[in-house]
This record gives sequence, C-alpha cells and structure tokens, in this order.
Amino acid sequence: MLGLTKRDFGLMVVVAILALAAPFILNPFPQGSAMAQFNAGYPDLMQRLVIFGILAIGFNILFGLTGYLSFGHAAFLGVGSYAAIWMMKLLTMNVIPAIIVSVLVAGLFSLVVGWISLRRSGIYFSILTLAFAQMSYALAYSVLTPITGGETGLQPKTSDPRILDGALPAGQSPSANLFGFNMSDTSVLRLGDWSFNFNTGYYLAAVIMLIVFYLSIRIFRSPFGMMLRAVKSNQQRMNYTGLNSKPYTLAAFVISGMYAGLAGGLLVAMDTQVGAERMFWTASGEIVLMTILGGAGTLIGPVLGAGFIKYMENIVSKINKTVLEQWFAFLPDGIEDLLITLVYPFVGKGWHLTLGLLFMLVVIFLPGGLVEGGQRIGKLFRRKKTDTTTKTPPAE
Amino acid sequence: MGILEVKNVNKRFGGLQALGNVNLSIAENTVHAIIGPNGAGKSTLLNCLVGKLIPDTGSVMFDGQSVLGRKPYEINQMGISRVFQTPEIFGDLTVMENMLIPCFAKRDGAFSLHAIGSVASEKDVFEKAKQMLSDMKLYDKREMHASSMSRGDKRRLEIAMCLSQEPRLLLLDEPTAGMARADTNNTIDLLKQIKEERDITIAIIEHDMHVVFSLAERITVLAQGTPLVEDTPDNIKGHPKVKEAYLGETQTV
Amino acid sequence: MDAILLQILNGLDKGSAYALIALGLTLIFGTLGVVNFAHGALFMIGAFCAVTFTNLLTWSHVVIDDTRKDFLGNPMKVDVPYIIDWFGKETGEALIDWAVPLSILFAIPVMIAIGFIMERGLIKHFYKRPHADQILVTFGLAIVLQEVIKYFYGANPIPTPAPAVFAGSFDFGAMLGFDPNTIIYPYWRLIYFAFSALIIGAVFAFLQFTTFGMVVRAGMADRETVGLLGINIDKRFTIMFGIAAAVAGLAGVMYAPINSPNYNMGMDFLVLSFVVVVVGGMGSLGGAVLAGFLLGILESFASMAVVLEFIPGINQIIIYLVAIIILLTRPRGLMGRAGVMED
Repeated sequence: MLGLTKRDFGLMVVVAILALAAPFILNPFPQGSAMAQFNAGYPDLMQRLVIFGILAIGFNILFGLTGYLSFGHAAFLGVGSYAAIWMMKLLTMNVIPAIIVSVLVAGLFSLVVGWISLRRSGIYFSILTLAFAQMSYALAYSVLTPITGGETGLQPKTSDPRILDGALPAGQSPSANLFGFNMSDTSVLRLGDWSFNFNTGYYLAAVIMLIVFYLSIRIFRSPFGMMLRAVKSNQQRMNYTGLNSKPYTLAAFVISGMYAGLAGGLLVAMDTQVGAERMFWTASGEIVLMTILGGAGTLIGPVLGAGFIKYMENIVSKINKTVLEQWFAFLPDGIEDLLITLVYPFVGKGWHLTLGLLFMLVVIFLPGGLVEGGQRIGKLFRRKKTDTTTKTPPAE
Repeated sequence: MGILEVKNVNKRFGGLQALGNVNLSIAENTVHAIIGPNGAGKSTLLNCLVGKLIPDTGSVMFDGQSVLGRKPYEINQMGISRVFQTPEIFGDLTVMENMLIPCFAKRDGAFSLHAIGSVASEKDVFEKAKQMLSDMKLYDKREMHASSMSRGDKRRLEIAMCLSQEPRLLLLDEPTAGMARADTNNTIDLLKQIKEERDITIAIIEHDMHVVFSLAERITVLAQGTPLVEDTPDNIKGHPKVKEAYLGETQTV
Repeated sequence: MDAILLQILNGLDKGSAYALIALGLTLIFGTLGVVNFAHGALFMIGAFCAVTFTNLLTWSHVVIDDTRKDFLGNPMKVDVPYIIDWFGKETGEALIDWAVPLSILFAIPVMIAIGFIMERGLIKHFYKRPHADQILVTFGLAIVLQEVIKYFYGANPIPTPAPAVFAGSFDFGAMLGFDPNTIIYPYWRLIYFAFSALIIGAVFAFLQFTTFGMVVRAGMADRETVGLLGINIDKRFTIMFGIAAAVAGLAGVMYAPINSPNYNMGMDFLVLSFVVVVVGGMGSLGGAVLAGFLLGILESFASMAVVLEFIPGINQIIIYLVAIIILLTRPRGLMGRAGVMED
C-alpha cells in the first residue's frame, strides 16, 4: 500500500495514529491530579516533539545511512528559520511561503557546505561541518545583524511591509496562519476531569511530519537508500563497482539539510521568532543525540529519540524541590531527605546533566539506541514465551 | 592489439623506482598472469591500471581508450572490474543487497537518484541478481549479512559481484592468498568455469604457482619493476631468467 | 609597526592556550587514536582548580573584632581565613594573594588523577569503536563534566585575580623606543606566555630525551610494531593521557586570571582547539603548537580596526576560514604525517 511493504505500511499507520491522537495520548492524567505534571499534551510541547522529529528523521538519512557524522546541522535549522521569518516580514504571515522558502534556502546552503565538506571524510568531515556551523553562528551574531537581528533575533513587526497581506487592523499584532487558520488556535475538549488540546499549528506540523516520514521510508527502501548504506559499509568496493560515492553522499547531505530547514521553518511558523543560539554547535550535538538515542539507521528510531528527549526535557526541567518533596513524602524523613538530595541535581536546572549522562550511557551500552533496546527486550520475552508457553504477549 | 595495452609506464615513490619501463599487452579473451617476487611492482602496476595510482610517464589504454587520470569508478564503468586480495564486499549489507548494487551500477551508471521507488520493484535488476546468486551457489545465503560468511564464500560473492557488471577485463589481485588448499582449488575451478562460460579477459596477479599454472595462458614475469619475460606457461617453467629472479624465494615451480 | 607588534603580543596569550590544549588533544589522538571532545572540559576543570584552591586558602571562620564597629555600633564580625591563623597575617595574606600560581601544585595531581580515571574508566573501552562513537561519548562526558561544575560553582564567571605584583602592565613601547603607552601588555599575560612555553618545552623534552618518551613516540608512529616488541604500550598511553590532562589543566589554571572561569569556557576553547589540531596536522605535536600560535596571532590581527573596516566580522570567523582552506588544500594540515586518519 502506498508503495510500501506490509511491515512499513504498518509502521506508517502506527506513527500516523500516534501523531494524530497525540493530544489524547500525551494527556493521560486528569487535570489537577498528582500525575498531571507528566502530561505533555499542551500545544507548545507537542509542536516541538514533531518538529524535532522531522529534524532527526532528516539527520538520520545522512548519519544513519551513510555514517557521515555532521556536527553542523543546527546551522541549516537556523538558516531555515531566518528564511521563514523574512518571508513573514516581507510577504505574508501565511506559513506556506515561509515553509517552502525555508526548505529551499536550507537546501542551497547545505549544497554549498556539503560540496566543500564532503571532500573529506571521517573526523575531518565532522570538523569541517562544525567549522561551518560555528562560522554561521558567529556571523549571525555579528556582521549579519541587519539580516539576523544579532543578539535580539527577529520577530514579525506591525511595521513590516508584508506585501501580500495588506495592512493589519489597528492594534492587532501579526500572527502566523494557514489561509486564515491561526497557528496558535487551540480548541479544548473537556471530558470529566480530563482536558485535551487540539492546536492548529500542531496538526499542521504533524501532517508535515507524516509526509516527510513517509518520504524517508521510501528513501530507505529505494536503490538510492541502498547505495547510501553501501557508502557506510565499504567506499572502496563502491568505487570499484563503478559508483561515484560523492554525489550520493552530497544528495543525502542536501536532503538532510532540507529536512533541517523545514524544521527551522516550522519552528518559526509556530512561535514566529528566531535567535542565533539556535545554530550553536551544542544544538547540533542535540540533533545527533536524538538520532543516536532512538537508533541511527532505523526508521522509527529518530522519531522516538526526538520525542523522548523533548518530552524528558520538558518534564524533567519542571521538577523542583517541592515536587520531589511531594513524591517522597510517604517515606521516613531521613530517607526522604537523602533521596531528594540524590535526585535533585538531575532534575530542574540539572536537566543537561541527565541529558549528558543519558548520552554516555546510550553510546556505551546501547549503540543501537532505543530501537535496539526494544529488540533486546522483545527477544527476552520471546525466549521466555517459548520456555513457559504462558504469560502475556510482549509489549511492542 | 590487446584489450589492455601498457606502454613505457614508469612510477617512482621518492627514491624508489617501483615500475621501470613496463610494457604489457593483454590479448582479448585470454587468462594472463603476472607473477614476480615480492616487491616486484605487481601491486603498483595493478593500481596504475585501475586508477588508484597515476604513472609518472607512459600510457595505459583499455580498448583503445586511455584510462590515465580517470577515477576508479570511471575505469570500472569502462569495463574493468577488480577483485581484491582480501575480499572487499559490503559487510553490513545482506548477500542479496551486495549483489544488487553492482547490478544497479551496471544499469544506471555511476550515479542515479532513484530515491522513491523501492528496490524490490526493480524487477529486471532483481531477477539478474537472483540469477547470479543461483549461478554462484549463494542463493541460499541471500538473507545473510555478508560479513558473517566464510572467507571462501566472501571471495565467491566478490567475484560474482564483479561478473554481474559484465566486465570485459577482470583483474584479480592474489585471489587465493591466505586460503586453504581446498578453497584455493574451488576458486581455480570457479575461475575456469567463468572462463568457459563467458567472453571475458582475466588478468591475475598471483604468488601461488599452482594457481598460475592451472589457469594462465600467458605469463608475464615482473622483477624489480620491469617485465623480465612474457611467454606461455610451458616456456616459463624452467626459464633461466625466471629462476634467477626467484632465487632465494622458496617457491616450487 | 607598533600596532602590528601589539597584535602579535595580543595573539600570544590566546595562542598559548590554543597551543596547550591542542598539544594535549593531538597527543591523545596520536597515542590512543581517540578523538577527545572532553578535552576542553579538562581545560575548564583546570581553571576551576584555581577557583577551588583559592576557596580553600580563604576558608574562614568568623571572629568578632572589638576594635571596629559596624554601622549599628556593634562589634564588627570579620571573616578570618584559617590560613592567617596558622601562618600569621603576613604569610597568610601572601599565600592568598599567590593563590593562582600556587594552584598549579594542587592542579597537577588532581588533573593527572582525573586523566587516569577518564582513560581507565571510559576511553579505554572505546579504542576499537568507530571514531563517531568516540566523539559522541566524549561529547556526552564534556556535557556531564561541565554540568557538574555548574552544579557546584553556579553559572556565573568567578573572578580569580592574579597576584597583585602582576596586576599592572608592561610598557613594551617605551622599551622598544616607540611612544610610551602605545604597546602596553599586562604582566600576567606575559607570565602566561612564558609559562606555556615552559610547559611545551617540558613536554617536548620529556618525549625527546626519556626512554618513556621515545617509546611513546615510536608508538605514535607505529603502534603495532611497538606492541610486537613486547612493550606494554597501553600502560604508557594511560600515563600520556594523564599528562595531556595535566597540560590542559595547567593551561586552565593560569588562564583563570585572564578570563574569569565559567562552566562553559571549555566548550568555546574546544572547538577552536580542534580546528588548531586539524590545521597543525592530526597527530603532529609541532604542528599543534605552531598552528596554535599562528591562529591566535591571526585572530588578533583580524580584530584590528583597520582590518575590520575592510572586511567586517572577519575576526569572528578567521580561524574557521583558515581551517577550511587548509583542510581542502593541505588535507594533512601544516605538519601532518601521512596515513593518519585518512581512511
């Protein structure tokens, strides 16, 4: 179906259901309950989940398939964002031109960077991409301030020309929309104690994510995708098989750059602002982390990784001392204090510490990421099942 | 006029003259062996033929066209395939995929952006790869990761990959190095069979005299970067110059 | 002329820091074959060794001083460092004043210990893994180290002054016959440069003139052969990692007065030091030092007003630009050896 094998189609359906039903799935706990802090079904976070999913899906096409580790993908995200915001300033607050142009500009930029960086491989390639990204960051912060807004960044202003939109009614500030549907519109469905948010921006991002996820499945299963895996496996054999590996890697680089640009454009479509810190190299590191954590080279891995990290970031950073005290209140005082002291460094502002540790643990123990972890657990269950022939089927 | 014509090729590495005035002509549809003691320049010569090295002077013509200055993939597309000393295959990919890649390279050229259609939907390529695997008795292993095969099977797969490109010249770089006797004999049989079934020229660099004399129709002896003699196997056996070149090496001819 | 001299001087201290970090990076790369993204964090930890040692020296208890009154007229409470109790006022104060140079003694064992733990506990297990994995795990480690420091010391830079003697500046201009005050250069930066030169000299001498160093250099050139000789190269490489960590740490200690230590200073220096290593040539010690100083000086030239007027923003990107050009035209860097990381 849709040119996919049964298995891939099944995967696609699962991802589609997860994405479209996310407002329900991510809000499983009634409002006001103690568990409500684990809810993630609010528009802003849901948007980030799918947008960073797009970013990771794209990065995976480069890193997962060809093995070329780019440490500069945040630059394409940033360039896409700047392109989008300029469309909103000059043309229209409708997000369609912004998104399209962000993809194109990021594609062009990645073509230039890729063309140069891909003359080298291995660690040199990583450092070249890193150098380009840092250069872009430094330029965005300093000389290019007229284009990038420097430290303050850019936002659409009432005074911008916006030649397609015409003048705004007095007192109204520009807001991103899709043919009149406001990106920030959210309708809330209340069922008893539960409340679910349906946000226009989220659904736009989710639909786009599904489209690009579908595209990535097609790429993975195509001859082109197979050639990319051949690049990773043995470039020498590839060259002696009459294949020119350079255009293959460059195409993968540009495709992943366009995915990053798309993500950048969508970020702007959601919150209509951009700053240079989006391009800093640690942001590139985070993209790598998402892909690895989920499982580089697998289809679903990057989506899982991006979702997992953005969810954890949100939830873990919200936990503070009061929350911890609530959690451990049932314990005797001494143990409660001890636990709080132990956990506290890792939550709230300590999120980055948790992130770094997570990163190390995954690389050390689970180089295949969450997907490999899931497979290992699945195997464990299967073995048990054949041993005892009882128990529940494995949770997939 | 041979299919491959090497004329006056010289190659220096710093102070070392690796190849000195090499002339070599390989006739179409023959098996031509290049032998010589260690350090005779066999590998350097081979690398000059496939584009890995560029000779300092001289010319290398394949089927009337110069290969000099062309990249390995371009030379491969001209019709020269190379089998390496240690099998170079796509270890992370399945045997089937290993087979599909050269088939695609043959059909679509050095680069093509087939990014949307699935591999399985390319029926012609798929059938060809399947056929090749059955011919080489590897079809049962098609789902295996190539890296988990035995060395003999890897060698067989690599040769199959090269053949699926329908090359006019097949270069083999010590194809039986490090193999057990049984595997060596299997490889000899395989190469003999290939020669019988196809119009193909084979150039083979080899240390193992057993292999050389089982296969070759012409033999060139290389010593210190220069061809010493070129003749039929029968005449090479017991040739005084050859004995001289191999003196000190424990080779039984 | 004087402007050019000034820029060369200005480039020296940054160049020294680049050179020291890059030296350690390339040492680790050359010996262990590991790309260490946590090396910048070692520099940062070095700087925090200076902070910690200063804190230790100024560890105080409260004394009520009856001779002075606070604004309410009560006897004033004064913090008195223990060290003054023990050594008397004069010696104690001098010790506190000289906290940063003294931290070197504190930092060496600490850094070597951290280096050993890192190598034995983590890096060792990554020798055979792909370079991408090495980059990723050390990148994770860098984040962890910097967050740990942030947890204990906070996010704000902590001013860590040099001894008062070095507070002033040296008037180079007057010495060389230019107008006074045209080329002035803080004493501490001169010290930093001299210190770096000393460390670099020591590392080179160590590698050149000791048997240990000879084996390590041989190992850098051809690890397998040295291993075949029955020499336990791994143990020596662990020690080299400790030394590289100490070099980065010392660079950090002495840099503390120039740039108040904060938890992410390592990351800033790391990226640039990588560029320095690549420009110098992976695995080339001389190249790392040369490129460190060259790029440091180049960066300060690019910050001259005349240059900026001509090419705005060039100071921000000059190092990256040079790196890109070098990588494309001389892939082995200025002094790189053949066969290093070319696959």
